Amino acid sequence: MDSEGLHLNIDYVGSSGVILSPEQKAALQTSLIILKSENKFHKVYFWGKILGVKDDYFIAQGVSCDEMAEKKTLYSKDCVNWGLLPFATKTMRDTSKLAKGRFTGDPSYEFEHTEMKKVGEGEDATEEEETISIKEEDRLASVIADIDEDVRIVPRAAFVKSPTGEVISNRSFEGLTVSEAAKLCSYMHFREPIQLHEKTLLQRADMDKAIDFLDTLEEDIPKGSWSLQFERGSGLVSVRSLLWLGYVAYHVPGTKNYGSVYVGTGEKNMDLPFML
Amino acid sequence: METEGTNAKDQQFIHAKSYLLKSSTSTGINLYDHLSKVLTKILDERPENVVDIFEDLSKDTKRSKFTSKVDTVQNKIDQSTEVALAQVQRRLYSKGDGEEGEPEPEEEVETPLPNIMELCFYFEQAGIGLNREELIRIWLALKNMVDSYPLQDVRFWGKILGTEQNYYVAEVEYREGEEEEEEEEEVEEHQEEETAEKDADEEGEEEEQEEDDTPKPDYKPPPEIPKEENKTGANKKIYFVCNDPGKPWQRLPAVTPAQIQAARHIKKFFTGRLDSPVVSYPPFPGNEANYLRAQIARISAGTHISPLGYYSFEEDEEEEEEGDARDNFQINVDYEGTSVRELVDPGLSSWVHHVQHILPQGRCTWWNPVQKNEDEFEDEEEEEEREEPDEPEPEVGPPLLTPLSEDHDIMNLPPWTPRLSSNLIPQYAIAVMHSNLWPGAHAFASGRKFQNIYIGWGHKYSQDNYSPPQTAPVQEEFPSGQEIAEGEDPTVEEENALKNAQEEAMEAAEEAEEADEDEDDDDN
Repeated sequence: MDSEGLHLNIDYVGSSGVILSPEQKAALQTSLIILKSENKFHKVYFWGKILGVKDDYFIAQGVSCDEMAEKKTLYSKDCVNWGLLPFATKTMRDTSKLAKGRFTGDPSYEFEHTEMKKVGEGEDATEEEETISIKEEDRLASVIADIDEDVRIVPRAAFVKSPTGEVISNRSFEGLTVSEAAKLCSYMHFREPIQLHEKTLLQRADMDKAIDFLDTLEEDIPKGSWSLQFERGSGLVSVRSLLWLGYVAYHVPGTKNYGSVYVGTGEKNMDLPFML
Repeated sequence: METEGTNAKDQQFIHAKSYLLKSSTSTGINLYDHLSKVLTKILDERPENVVDIFEDLSKDTKRSKFTSKVDTVQNKIDQSTEVALAQVQRRLYSKGDGEEGEPEPEEEVETPLPNIMELCFYFEQAGIGLNREELIRIWLALKNMVDSYPLQDVRFWGKILGTEQNYYVAEVEYREGEEEEEEEEEVEEHQEEETAEKDADEEGEEEEQEEDDTPKPDYKPPPEIPKEENKTGANKKIYFVCNDPGKPWQRLPAVTPAQIQAARHIKKFFTGRLDSPVVSYPPFPGNEANYLRAQIARISAGTHISPLGYYSFEEDEEEEEEGDARDNFQINVDYEGTSVRELVDPGLSSWVHHVQHILPQGRCTWWNPVQKNEDEFEDEEEEEEREEPDEPEPEVGPPLLTPLSEDHDIMNLPPWTPRLSSNLIPQYAIAVMHSNLWPGAHAFASGRKFQNIYIGWGHKYSQDNYSPPQTAPVQEEFPSGQEIAEGEDPTVEEENALKNAQEEAMEAAEEAEEADEDEDDDDN
């Protein structure tokens, strides 16, 4: 969610139970502007909130002109002082999947995961316990990267790919129409495309190269992992992810207003297949 | 020469222009007109950095050629859903519709309608809740409900998110005596159904006896645990739900223990349609309305909390029976309010549950499943065969108004997280409790005020992934034995031997008969 006009935009996701207290809104208004100027970001997004047992993390993301390429994630516990999160590497993301349970709210806390490992071969094999410790800060960075990759979505044509390969926001995006907004194929994953390359030439024939450079939600597995609802009649579309409960994207059809926010425990909903 | 030069330039210009004016064979427009249109548009609108979006402008101009601006239908009725909903919700804002001529005779009657806006104010400080506009609509919808039903107590319970629609839940209590009328009708219907079923069963049995004696299974299902009476236990309150404020409130059916037990074993998303089936394993007895009601009962029992001392038991009422938990309490008039500092103490001892714990049986008060068997007349044989089950251990839960400090941890995770609403101005902060067991359940307290709310998907938290219970083992087949075992085919020798033996036997018999006959003849 764009940090400009955050206090107005946050109302769009209020019906999903996501609201900020007046104190938090005021603090964010001040601190995000400072954050933007100090770090020379092109734009700052209020990414959301990860609920911990003792404390919550507020997350902001700063981007450069190319919104897909350069992205820095910051966290704060009081909405005022922001700390930079490490870049989530592949190994970090793999190990942090082993951590179980809720975030505590203390970035230096270490989750421990013990694994039985077989040492030796044949009959001499003995089982040894191996303990992996995962720092909460690393887990936080990994979870944010996971959520961004799995569910971060934008309306179709909100971003365009320029001939030089940059991904920039589309100035002439005028919003989806109501009938378009009701379809999952009008929303796209804001990440490097995965399924797009697997499409046949025939399927790609009708695509606009500048706009359709991302995966659409339609092919997501399992089917039904998104809940798309109109609110206020058709005045507002809320798209909720059932894979990451707490992720809400909104769009006001016919306007440039769109955005998304995650407020949740930072745990993936692994039970999804049973719950549909 | 000069004139020739200019002539040549003019010539080139004319060539170029005529080339640009050449209409496309497929679309029929020409570049010259198109460019002049686009440039006019740009000069009229003057957008910033126009060169970056020139392509789009050009595309838009081309596209606009095909959309007709002239609306041939005058006064077209806009039937978008937005308008439809606004029409529905407009009724909320009307004041009595003027049907009752009297200008609101409400003379200071204590209304059961809660002050939602005040609660919203407190919850908003804690960063919980819904939009204010939405809450106003809910408030108006609740007001409508108060006007149309004889209610004693109304509370906004919360919002449950669904995949297609959401549920707004209101928790109400009927005024004494008013509710029974509605109840009785339902009960009668129910009884009729049951009797009809019984009749059908009996008829079936008779027919069966006439035709053939089919084997009957020994298995008798355990007696169904009766649901709790209204106004007690899990059915203490009545719940109404609606999908959008302004749409009609629908009453949820009373919950049965079987539904609560089944709901504990499944985890399904709500769709938002009350009549949709719950497809699950183990099968859930009922549709989504029943599942919703069961989850509401479980959430209420787990997360409805109040500051210690706000409610107290009625003093004069002596404990009648040992072990029979008291289920009545009243608001303590002398309650002064607990200090915020005590309320956010991580010991959690200054908050208590004010909704009864639901036992594993699915009821709040334990019901002995054996007692009924003794009353029933049973065949003596059966009694002999079946060992009388041991007197089951009564299930006991924590009594009413138990402090939260008695709640169980969720695998090293504290069940509640107390918070102050503000760290910057703690003097005026309020105490907020977040449930970790039911994410989405919150409570606040400040002075004499407190309230609970639930906004979420309606699922219990568990660290481990949900795994559905195993399917029951496959039913055993008929025990293999002599009578159903397939014998080996006899060989030719064996057949011959059998044949010979039979023939011999026949002959022997014939001989014997002949001998008898001879004897008979002799006699004669």
